[in-house]
Amino acid sequence: MGIVIKMPALSPTMEEGTLAKWLVKEGDEVKSGDILAEIETDKATMEFEAVDEGKIGKIMIAEGTEGVKVGTVIAEMAGEGGEAAAPAPKAEAPAKTEAAPEAPRKAESGTSKLASEAKAVMADPDLPAGTEFVKTTVREALRDAMAEEMRRDARVFVMGEEVAEYQGAYKVTQGLLDEFGDKRVIDTPITEYGFAGIGTGAAMGGLRPVIEFMTFNFAMQAIDHIINSAAKTNYMSGGQMRCPIVFRGPNGAASRVGAQHSQNYGPWYASVPGLIVIAPYDAADAKGLLKAAIRSTDPVVFLENELLYGRSFDVPRVDDYVLPIGKARIMRPGKDVTLVSYSIGVGLALDAAETLAGEGIDAEVIDLRTLRPLDTATVLESLKKTNRLVVVEEGWPTCSIASEIAAVVMEQGFDDLDAPVLRVTNEDVPLPYAANLEKAALIDAARVVAAARKVCYK
Amino acid sequence: MAKPTTPRAASAKAKAAAPAAGADHNRPRPQTPADYKASKEELLEFYRQMVLIRRFEEKAGQLYGLGLIGGFCHLYIGQEAVAVGIQSALKPGKDSVITGYRDHGHMLAYGIDPNVIMAELTGRGAGISRGKGGSMHMFSVEHKFYGGHGIVGAQVSLGAGLGFAHKYNNDGGVCVAYFGDGAANQGQVYESFNMAELWKLPIIFVIENNQYAMGTSVNRASSEDQLYRRGESFRIPGLQVDGMDVLAVRGATEEALKWVQGGNGPILLEMKTYRYRGHSMSDPAKYRSREEVQAMRDKSDPIEGVKKYLIEAGVSEDDIKAIDQNIRKIVAEAADFAESSPEPELHELYTDVLVEQY
Repeated sequence: MGIVIKMPALSPTMEEGTLAKWLVKEGDEVKSGDILAEIETDKATMEFEAVDEGKIGKIMIAEGTEGVKVGTVIAEMAGEGGEAAAPAPKAEAPAKTEAAPEAPRKAESGTSKLASEAKAVMADPDLPAGTEFVKTTVREALRDAMAEEMRRDARVFVMGEEVAEYQGAYKVTQGLLDEFGDKRVIDTPITEYGFAGIGTGAAMGGLRPVIEFMTFNFAMQAIDHIINSAAKTNYMSGGQMRCPIVFRGPNGAASRVGAQHSQNYGPWYASVPGLIVIAPYDAADAKGLLKAAIRSTDPVVFLENELLYGRSFDVPRVDDYVLPIGKARIMRPGKDVTLVSYSIGVGLALDAAETLAGEGIDAEVIDLRTLRPLDTATVLESLKKTNRLVVVEEGWPTCSIASEIAAVVMEQGFDDLDAPVLRVTNEDVPLPYAANLEKAALIDAARVVAAARKVCYK
Repeated sequence: MAKPTTPRAASAKAKAAAPAAGADHNRPRPQTPADYKASKEELLEFYRQMVLIRRFEEKAGQLYGLGLIGGFCHLYIGQEAVAVGIQSALKPGKDSVITGYRDHGHMLAYGIDPNVIMAELTGRGAGISRGKGGSMHMFSVEHKFYGGHGIVGAQVSLGAGLGFAHKYNNDGGVCVAYFGDGAANQGQVYESFNMAELWKLPIIFVIENNQYAMGTSVNRASSEDQLYRRGESFRIPGLQVDGMDVLAVRGATEEALKWVQGGNGPILLEMKTYRYRGHSMSDPAKYRSREEVQAMRDKSDPIEGVKKYLIEAGVSEDDIKAIDQNIRKIVAEAADFAESSPEPELHELYTDVLVEQY
């Protein structure tokens, strides 16, 4: 039995082509690698090589023939003989999967959690009665989280610019070098792409890196490793290769640092399957969620906020304060309108709620805390009660977390809405430097109050 | 110094070049490596592995032509001596390897089952990435083969990270990070060189210089086209090696391992090699002449080279032919397996996005 030679597909999109020229004739002996013919695709003229050894038997398609469909038999070849000759290639298309389109196995899916029920996510741990609360800055809470996890797990190390000897550009890593030494607290050159890749590779190799970006603005140099290397590897490897890494640093507008140093990457990273994205507001969440992030087997983008670093909040004094990832927190219960926010916007929403309370509007404030997976259940549950919703986001409006919440609420909570969802976001411009312009570009509590009044028709 | 105006094709006689001119000669440098003295058994194994890669890749090209393999598919034909020579010097289970998207040959050289590689190429559930990675994205953590990366140059930083992990864990392992002459111009390569030398990471950077970055020849893209010198300004010594000769490759790898394991930090090997086929299956390769390719095949073919060594070592043509027959059978079986295995179950669409549940 001879081997049939078929019209090859020579590009991902080729369906037919022209058999431009035969470079062999019937009766020729060929060996693998010999060029048999030239074939014109829609893009180029390609050489077509023999794979098997043997003699060209019959040429079925003459040169110059146009529109030869991929898979058409163009020639027959007498094989080398014996069982070693390659079997005749099968003409059938890849076997069709007959399995019925069954429902995705949600238990194994990360993305399915995006639409998961509230009961699927863990609640915050109950604190024992009489737990003491300690006033702690967000900066200290983050440092404590890293230090505790480094004491607990020798695989955890911190790497970034000025994290060690300088004690952190924003002093978040203060004291870590003294306690853990330069093996585990590592200053890098100013090469974000490189050290993000080294961190990602170290995670693939079994370590638990915490990679600090001096700000997330500089992580744009490294975003390829965060997305292409860290986020996708588990999926692309069929679940073989883990990448337990935390990329952390300040995100969002700081103060008068201009357009290149002031933007919120929450929506960027939250759009990427395979990543966990966390953006805490207060010190307790910063601590509990950073500890959870370091323990997670998945890659985490942990977005802090420079303006919050110095603010103090109550942090419970418990041995191991770890919070669940993917669970929003009701910061203030209310019944008239739901204010959804995250990171620094939560403070503004709480301020606005105070003002609204004076006007007789009882606002519920939700801190999303995790941007991916998004706890939509908590938002929808609140909407059932208030029937009105405003999203507060220190970031641009287009393709934002606010847009996402609005879409989810429209799709899944439409019947609960008594008013359109409003978005309070920064102006849709690069952040200007001039003090008055910067102020005009950024959200504030007054705008949140105005939006809340509007959805309450007051 | 005048720059050559014509591409410098891999010369069979290139061998290991002397240290770069102008380098600081007060610094210790690796010795000029000697060709590896292989036993007859080792030569047979080199031959077997190289022929396996050649036949496997030819078959992959054929399956691509039949529409059974989709997307991009980058074949390793012509470069077999590089992966086989280097892998043969590594310690399985201890040393780690990472490469770019031209990865099938490396995986075969590491002893990974051809069936699961071919099944990944055809996008089947039995593929090594369960059909979700494809030609460019394959991994075997079990074999310490860390991919299989589709972004040009990314594997160099990631490899430095694997080297970092070896050092952090003090496990005595070395990472080998392979990249091409094209990737050698990427910025992150130099960021990684800098940190790797600064921290004395145990890593061998291997440039597989196959002369063309897709359609651009080395000297059209590289101001310093002697790529083994690319580490010098970071104090990483480089050796230029005839990548068409498996014994030269193995010899240079031995020297590189000695250097890295001696705590000297990274080393750079430039393997002068050549790919016979296009950059990917859809590349008509019009940027070079058919004669150039044919001359390489005729004069420098790495498999013919080993065959010559085998005959010198007294192996008979019949014995060689028996190996060929056996490899054809293995490859035919891999193709059968890859064609007959079912596609992934639909629910696999949603698995492995995240490891944990939140």
